[in-house]
Amino acid sequence: MSEKARERWLYLISPIALLAIWQVLLMLGFGDRRFIPAPTDIAVRFWELATDGQLWVDTGATLYRVFAGYVIGAVPAIAIGLIMAMFKPVRIFFDPLIAALFPIPKVALMPLLLLAFGFGDASKIALVATAVFFPVVVNTYAGAANIDKIYWDVAKNYGASSYVMFTRIVFFGALPMIFAGLKIALAVSFVVLVAAEFVASKSGLGYLIWNSWELLQVDYMFVGIVVIGVLGLITAVLFQELENLVIPWKSN
Amino acid sequence: MNVERRGAAIEINHLRKEFGPPEARVVAIEDISLKIAPGEFVCIVGPSGCGKSTLLRILAGLDTSTGGTIRVEDAGWPVGNAMVFQESGLFPWMNVETNVAFGLMTRGVPKREISARVEAALKLVGLTKFRHHYPHQLSGGMRQRGAIARAFVTDPGMLLMDEPFAALDAQNRTILQAELVRLWEETGKTVVYITHSIDEALLLGDRTVVMTAHPGRIKEIKDIPFPHPRDVMTLQSSPAFGALKLEIWRILESEVQRARAEFEK
Repeated sequence: MSEKARERWLYLISPIALLAIWQVLLMLGFGDRRFIPAPTDIAVRFWELATDGQLWVDTGATLYRVFAGYVIGAVPAIAIGLIMAMFKPVRIFFDPLIAALFPIPKVALMPLLLLAFGFGDASKIALVATAVFFPVVVNTYAGAANIDKIYWDVAKNYGASSYVMFTRIVFFGALPMIFAGLKIALAVSFVVLVAAEFVASKSGLGYLIWNSWELLQVDYMFVGIVVIGVLGLITAVLFQELENLVIPWKSN
Repeated sequence: MNVERRGAAIEINHLRKEFGPPEARVVAIEDISLKIAPGEFVCIVGPSGCGKSTLLRILAGLDTSTGGTIRVEDAGWPVGNAMVFQESGLFPWMNVETNVAFGLMTRGVPKREISARVEAALKLVGLTKFRHHYPHQLSGGMRQRGAIARAFVTDPGMLLMDEPFAALDAQNRTILQAELVRLWEETGKTVVYITHSIDEALLLGDRTVVMTAHPGRIKEIKDIPFPHPRDVMTLQSSPAFGALKLEIWRILESEVQRARAEFEK
């Protein structure tokens, strides 16, 4: 087995071990399976929801909101972060705004966003976008501002225009930090979206969880939780692959 | 061997640079006057903190002076100057080829011409096989070769080198010094070369400018009479080399001690 394949297997061991221990403990009689369903119980429910299609509707709704909000939040955040690093007036303009708005828990904005965008997808997408924006802009700025001075000097000495500076130096120099911000934002976007779906939605995995809780269908609830976990894992792995592809110079 | 000399002529008059706020001015360099002929290889030695890098940065246009003038006659050279830094300064996110092409890309040189010139420059420094490597995959010596190729490829009026080999181990340094001598003999470019090693100045240069400790002034200028082609190893072990080295060390010694005393104050 190659080094890489071995690492991939190792990667899977901890979640599988968790499931196995969980299953065994419940089968041995620790815990009440009505309230804490075993992995096999969840699998049965999963199959049920998957075959009747409802699970895919909810998953699709959640993914759509995460994806749309993520793009809407991240793209301007990267642009603004880079421009902040390049132009001091822009930095001075945005700094207090970001400092004041970043610490506000974005879920607290949900009622406001419901007023502005209604109960449809738009309000949830707006929430995700807001939550994604801040970690990305802060990381992008930090990445661009901390580019080693020598690269600015070299670029200037070798005749780089502002445009070349932006597209070839600042952007790439900040890219590792941009990715760090995007990763944080990915986790954050799931967190805020599920919370929003609890209270202000009739679809999505958050809705599935909350609705099942209200009906005390704990096993259905767990299906929602597990699917979110799996989505998080898949997107994180895809992200890592993307990062390796886009930042080949990042030495391991 | 007669090196065909070409490049910018530089005339520096009473150059001065101060740093810091008005109440705590620090004079980095003071009253520097120096004439450099086209194609001359001038080495500047001096104790640490004597402002020699500041002088180079002003020549490179990366810093401004607070007094005096610099006149550069570089008519006919599409690129005024190209600098080689102590740490290679190769962009980590570009491979060797793209790094070397950088100064041509920024100046809108046509793609086809870029690839031909980069090809030649890579060959000149022996990096052809590593053109697709990223800097982190190269040794320090290879990175510095890449930085030299990036500078030479732009065909600048003058090359500005700021202790380019200082971070290398002794063997690599000797190899790269020999390569630089050969490169210069082929191109005959005006070079201003900062170093704190007298050896290096004597191996490479036509003249050595010795600077005083803080604030940096020119203490003395010495001709280096060794003919070209120079063989770095042979030259280094010749008696004339040793004698001149000692002579320059005598000039430099008191400045180094003054710099140390000031540092420890």
